[in-house]
Amino acid sequence: MVVRRLLITAALLFLVLFLVLPLIDVFSQALAAGLGVYFSALYDPNVADAIYLTLLIAAVAVPANLVFGICASWCIAKFDFFGRNLLITLIDIPFSISPVIAGLLEVLMFGLNGLLGGWLSANNIQIIFALPGMILATTFVTFPFVAREVIPLAQEQGVEEEEAAVTLGAGFFSIFWRVSLPKLRWGLLYGVLLCNARAMGEFGAVSVVSGKIFGQTDTMSLAVESLYESYELQAAFAVASLLAMLAVVTLVLKAGLEWRHRDELAAGRRKKTA
Amino acid sequence: MSTEIEVENLTRRFGPHTVLSGVNLAVRPGELLALLGPSGSGKTTLLRLIAGLDTPDGGAIRFDSHNALGRKPKERGVGFVFQHYALFRHMSVFENIAFSLRIRRAKNPEVKARVEELLKLIQLESLAARYPAQLSGGQRQRVALARALASQPRVLLLDEPFGALDAVVRRDLRRWLRHLHEEMNITTLFVTHDQEEAFDLADRVVIMNAGKICQMGTPIEIYRTPANAFVHEFLGESNKLPVTLANGIVTADAGFSLGHAEAPDGPMTAYIRPHHVVPAPDASGPWLITRLTATGAQARVTLANGPAALEATMTADELIASTLQTGQLTAIKILNGTLFDADGQGAVKFKARDGAELVSETCNHSC
Repeated sequence: MVVRRLLITAALLFLVLFLVLPLIDVFSQALAAGLGVYFSALYDPNVADAIYLTLLIAAVAVPANLVFGICASWCIAKFDFFGRNLLITLIDIPFSISPVIAGLLEVLMFGLNGLLGGWLSANNIQIIFALPGMILATTFVTFPFVAREVIPLAQEQGVEEEEAAVTLGAGFFSIFWRVSLPKLRWGLLYGVLLCNARAMGEFGAVSVVSGKIFGQTDTMSLAVESLYESYELQAAFAVASLLAMLAVVTLVLKAGLEWRHRDELAAGRRKKTA
Repeated sequence: MSTEIEVENLTRRFGPHTVLSGVNLAVRPGELLALLGPSGSGKTTLLRLIAGLDTPDGGAIRFDSHNALGRKPKERGVGFVFQHYALFRHMSVFENIAFSLRIRRAKNPEVKARVEELLKLIQLESLAARYPAQLSGGQRQRVALARALASQPRVLLLDEPFGALDAVVRRDLRRWLRHLHEEMNITTLFVTHDQEEAFDLADRVVIMNAGKICQMGTPIEIYRTPANAFVHEFLGESNKLPVTLANGIVTADAGFSLGHAEAPDGPMTAYIRPHHVVPAPDASGPWLITRLTATGAQARVTLANGPAALEATMTADELIASTLQTGQLTAIKILNGTLFDADGQGAVKFKARDGAELVSETCNHSC
């Protein structure tokens, strides 16, 4: 009993110390000078640009990874091919590599002195220190979220329903739209949610490839840093509070999904911990 | 208007494993046929090949004399019912049944009329709005059947349709399916590993083992004249006794005579059903009763005679009336049995030694 109470207390203390207090601090700092200052900080053109850029990156990276996740789960769950297990392992690479290294690799590929740098600059295509590089970096870092969620689910569900659809006269696209995709919908939504949270909050990889040009290649998380470093604490905390809100909303939606559709999502949980 | 199915020399390999080797089968129009065999015998593979869910490595499949290979399941006009139902989990019962009609873009009133007709047929009108997860196993299986029937298939294929259901539901559904088949009269094949199910439901039964067809016939034919030792053992309990045949006399190697058979001289194995062994109380008899057990309506007597052992079954009432006791000596009468050679082939019937007539039936099936 004593041990149990001690452990619970320790866990709660840890939570309060590292999660709740910082969260409260972010919001209190952001609102310290009142709502007026808070909103004017967010309306600052450079901050507004950063918000826009973050949304834009997420709007490209998340759908890209959604499509990839669907394709990967489709071919891994429905077909048995050479290199299938290798593909499953490769999908995890972005999880095991530091985002900074991921960004660095991109610079080495597409930078001015990079492998493709010469050809790119000759053709006047800029990837590094520009939007395409930031989208690429974010997509790479958030690559596994949808796939990892959906692959175990698709594997557990098997192909019987698709076979039933074949015997009932459905063609490839009918099967995909009417059977395979709806079967996975809650798993997909769950993956998209996590993928989106990560895409908007990504710092390391984007920081390396963006060049941090204030007002140009600044995302929300980069803006927090640059504002903080230039002693604009109010604005830094205002932007941070937006990111914190995103995290809270994501958590609430995630918990809601887990509660409503735990049977379907459980497949993913079990496989991951196994 | 029923469809005839012919399968010729069908072969299917999965990697190094030959799952079906040279299977020939003719399904009569409107017939209800069971594919019976142990797991791994290739029966589900055969069914999937007939459905068009899989492609054979060799051989031919014809529907009404037309080549069916290369045609999709839909074009073959088959309805398929899966062992685990394979209902669309995100669709209501109504939409599950309506699926094939929606695929061919049937008009809404037509879909509604057809689905309601089928819901009535499966007696689930009140559950149209439910989802598969909210149904019992038996209800799910009926929905799966209705879904397969929605587009009026010419051939109905069922893979272990009652395998995942409990005994009572299984019996009810079986009767219901038989009734449905009589009403619709479409050619129907079902796979099962349950002998009772196959014999109870089917017009004819196909026994499969190790990727081949061992025997095909009516349940009575197969039970009474098993083509080989595998079929004899698969279809119920068998006593096995090594015997020698000389001049038509069957003599157990343990030293007693079993009866007559018309077959060449030589060593054979006698397969005898336990209910064809009848103990006849006789204190000077050669058989020792080593064990008596009664499980409900059936009773079992274990007998020993030197190295030979036999089991006899009778009804519990007969056992009580017989006054047999453990440790007693008794004589026995073996009514009949079947002899097989060392390869389990060459079935020859033998009849009891005091049988008035000499009966011998030979089977020409091979396995």
